[in-house]
Order: sequence, then C-alpha cells, then structure tokens
Amino acid sequence: MKIVVCIKQVPATNDAKIDPETKRIIREGLKAILNPFDTYAVEEAVQLRERFGGEVIVLSMGPEKAALSIREAVSVGADRGVLLSDRAFGGSDTWATSYALANAIRKIGDVDLVICGKQAVDGDTAQVGPGIAAHLDWKQATYVMAVEDASDDSIVVKRMHEDGYDICELKLPAVVTVVKDINTPRIPTLRGRLASEKIEVPVWKPADIGADLSKIGLDGSPTRVVRTAPPPPRNTVTKKISGTSAECADALIKELRLRSIL
Amino acid sequence: MRVNDDKQKNDYSNVWVIAEVLSGKIQPVTHELAGTARMLADKRGSEVWIVLLGNNVSEQAGTLFAYGADKVLVADDGSMANFNDEIETRVLVRMIDKYKPEIVICGATTRGRALIPRVAVVTDSGLTADCTELDIDPENGDLLQTRPAFGGNIMATIRCSDHRPQMSTVRPRVMKAPDPDPGRTGEIITENVTVSDKIDIKRILEVFHSSEAAVNLADAQIIIAGGRAMKGPEGFDILRAFAARVGGAVGASRAAVDAGWIPYAHQVGQTGQTVQTKVYIACGISGQIQHLVGMQSCDLIIAIDKNPDTPMMQMADIAVTGDLFEIVPALTAAIPKL
Repeated sequence: MKIVVCIKQVPATNDAKIDPETKRIIREGLKAILNPFDTYAVEEAVQLRERFGGEVIVLSMGPEKAALSIREAVSVGADRGVLLSDRAFGGSDTWATSYALANAIRKIGDVDLVICGKQAVDGDTAQVGPGIAAHLDWKQATYVMAVEDASDDSIVVKRMHEDGYDICELKLPAVVTVVKDINTPRIPTLRGRLASEKIEVPVWKPADIGADLSKIGLDGSPTRVVRTAPPPPRNTVTKKISGTSAECADALIKELRLRSIL
Repeated sequence: MRVNDDKQKNDYSNVWVIAEVLSGKIQPVTHELAGTARMLADKRGSEVWIVLLGNNVSEQAGTLFAYGADKVLVADDGSMANFNDEIETRVLVRMIDKYKPEIVICGATTRGRALIPRVAVVTDSGLTADCTELDIDPENGDLLQTRPAFGGNIMATIRCSDHRPQMSTVRPRVMKAPDPDPGRTGEIITENVTVSDKIDIKRILEVFHSSEAAVNLADAQIIIAGGRAMKGPEGFDILRAFAARVGGAVGASRAAVDAGWIPYAHQVGQTGQTVQTKVYIACGISGQIQHLVGMQSCDLIIAIDKNPDTPMMQMADIAVTGDLFEIVPALTAAIPKL
C-alpha cells in the first residue's frame, strides 16, 4: 500500500502563557511543532505499512523549516517526505492548499491512500482533507476513529459522528482524516532519529507539480481575510466563591439565576 | 465558480441553508441558520431556500417555512439514509449549478465539515469554517464572514468577492433560532437522485447511534466537564447526573480521556472538540492551554476546584473554591427536575 500522509507545521501551544489582562493565550514567539492530529495520521500510516507492506510518504506545504516536521515523521517510521515550498504557494487558503497537495499526490503517483489529521490546530478548518479528496475525485471518510480492516484495494473505517459512529468500506484510492482516538503514536527510536537526520527532503516548486499559478497562493484563493480584530472581551474580573459546599452551591445557583440560565 | 464582473455575480441569488439531519430528524442548527439566512436574504432582497437531503425526510419539509424559509429543496432517497459524502456532494453540486445560490450556509457538524469543503472545491467557490458572525457588506453586497482564528485569539473577517456561491459553516448554538411563525408558507421543490450519483461510492456497513444524549457536545447549551480530579470513571457519574438534570452534556479533559475514564467523544480541547456553549463548568480541570483553546469562547465559564490558583480558576468568570464531589451533587439537588 502506497500511503501519503499530509502534515502541517503549526505553532506549539504547549508553552504558551495567558495574558492576564485579556485572559487569552499569547501566541507570539511560540516554536513550531508537527500538528498534533497529524501525529496520529503518521502513526496509522506506519501501522498499515507494517501490516500490509508498502511505503509511507509524508507531504507538507510550508516554509523551508517545515522540513523539520517531515523529519520528525520519518523518525517515527515514515519512509520519506516531500515539501512544497515556494513564495507562489504563500497565502493559499484551504481551496488552493488542497489543490497544491492534490497535484503533488498525483506527481508522487500510484498512491492508494491519503491520510490527514482531522484538522490543523492553528486554522481549525478541517477543510483540506475533503478538499484533497475533491480535487482528486477520490472517496473520503472524515473523523475516522479506527481502521477496522484493509486490503490491497479497500479500507474499512469507523467514523465518529455527533450521535454515535458508523463503519464504512471505501474502495481505494481514498482520503481519510483521523482523530486522536485512532492510536497512540510511538516515540522515535535512535535508529529512526538517525534516519531522519540523513534523509534528503526534496523541495518541489509549482512547476514540479504542474500547478496552474492562478490556482495557488493568494491569487488562487477564493477567500481572503479582509480584517482582523481582537475577540469580544471576556469578563476579566473573576467572581470568587468559597465557603462550605452548601454555601458554594447556593451562591452558584444564585449566579446562574441572575443570568437567567436556570 | 469564478465570477469576473457584476453581471456574472448577479446570476447568483438567494441564501441557502443545508439542513442538518441526524437519525432522520431535522436538527435545531437548521432553524438557527434559517434565522441568519433570513436576515441576510432580507438585506439582499432575496429568498431563503433550505436544502433537505436524506431518506424519508420529505414530510418534514413543510416544518421549515415557519423558521423563515421561502422554498425547501428536497432530495429524498434511500441512498442518503446514512451520511455518504460522495452522493450528497453530487446531489448538492447539481442543485447549485441549476439554481445558482449566492450564499450557502451549513452547520459545522461532523457531516457539514466533511460535505461542504468537498462541494466548495467541486463548485470552485470559497468556504469559511466555523463563522460566528455573518453579515452583508452594505457597499457591494458581499458576504462578510467572521470567525475566530488561532484558538479564538483573533477574529478574522473573510470575504469571497469573485467566486459564487459564498459558502460558510457555522457551529450549532452560535446563532439564535427564530421563534417559529406557523402562519408562514412556501414552496417545496423536489429534486431527483440519479443512478450515477450512487456509482463508485463508499459502502456504509453498520451504523451505531449512541443512546447517551450527554455526549453531544456540539448541541448542548450547558457542558459540565471533568478532569484528572474526578479520580476515576465513577467520578463522572455526578457530572452525568447534573447534565441529565439541566439537559446538558458531559465534557472531559484530555487527561481523563487518556486515563480511559470516559470516551474520546467527550474530550474538549485542541485534540478533542472546540465548544462554544452558553455555560461551561470545569470541574477539577487545571486548565492546560490545550484545554483552554477548546472552550475559551464559551459565554460563561465556571470553574470548581480545591486549588484556587489554577489557570482555569483564574480565567473563569466564576471560580468556586471547594470540593467538587460535594458541590456538584448539591447543585444538582438544588435544581428542580425538568
């Protein structure tokens, strides 16, 4: 099975602090990490290769330093990676991003399965996975919480829904997006780390993937951010309640009634 | 579709809502979005159309006029009894090509977030996820779509000027449903599902509906969530009892889910779900950043913890210092049964 895992480098929120004034997270100066959902995508791809053979190729689009995230994926079992990096890709929205990734998947060739994390934790859109499937005209399954079965030409997955789950079979090629429940990502081995340091990460430009320049970057993006503003302010004064448990419960009920919640 | 001038733009009119159907029933988010669509359509001088896809859903079509719909576009077919992205995409794309809506809004549910990005690519139009505000630019009539970015740290306003339709998803409970007006009527238009729509699709082998209402985080007005301090799976019983009393849902921190105390579907935070409820009650959740980004946009945040100095207790609107194992049952007991 030839599997492509699409990954994204995102700002690490682990060491973020909260602004005491606005009570919101300070995002400036955060280091870059592999998008958490993508770690599950990489692990699932590696597990499928271990069971069925084949190859796991990691694909990312971003600045040159995103190669570090590709190396991280190789350190936990991916075979190789490709980075799409060029000024012309800059400013791509989810439409243009999924177009570029789909073109790269075609260029890689003979791909059976594409696995993505459900969403990236910076943009939070969950649109790129289905977008890739649409550009390739492949079947898709999103919010996948388990791979129940797989063979050379099909995969059976369990999809999470608001009111339960379902199990469906997709003939390959297909695109799946995965949630955290699907597996526990492994820790890199020493051998994996060495492999990840040695590996060459080829950088592909728009011409390498036959991209129509009017479909990538800012020009190829149907949506455009026209302005940004701070979010509506939170009530920054915390109302403190303490006392016996009964007093606390009473005080809280009063607060809820005051706000017409009860 | 790319539109190059006003003439091409004017080929597109009306505001569409894609109805959310779960287990054969139209979900409240549909009514919420109908209200927003009505406001947008009134500003544009156009109509609200609701698209209803599913199996045996036709008889519910008439209920949608009361919420502001002028027309309901129905495709009713056994093949859509369960959510099949590929069939629904083909049917919806054909409807869009035929009737050319100016705006398409859909619930940011697991189904909506799978279906609409696919439709946006096929129709070559722009899509903005999880909008919290939609409005019309008075100058040129474009849709202004506002959404939180970077975990709710910035509100970004997004425009899709030269593609139609303009598409958005909106989370359940973000918009307010209008009071139904039973006197309103409208037209029902039926569209077919063709044989070719059902070719080369996924096969849905089995469907399981959870009997536990408390798991639907997206649709709840009140979420009570527990963390490591719940001490074990039994600890969540007091949260379930509270949720059942107020008709809310039970959430959990990553720590509680990873310990196996409660299923992943309850996890709130960066690698779980982002929620935007009226009330979020965090019980013994210290408030790691990854959790905070998933709930910091809730209207009212209440924290209950023995330790008054945790990040959650500091960011909360109301911080209760005390023993949650006593306070939560006391709260439940004090609320009259529904």
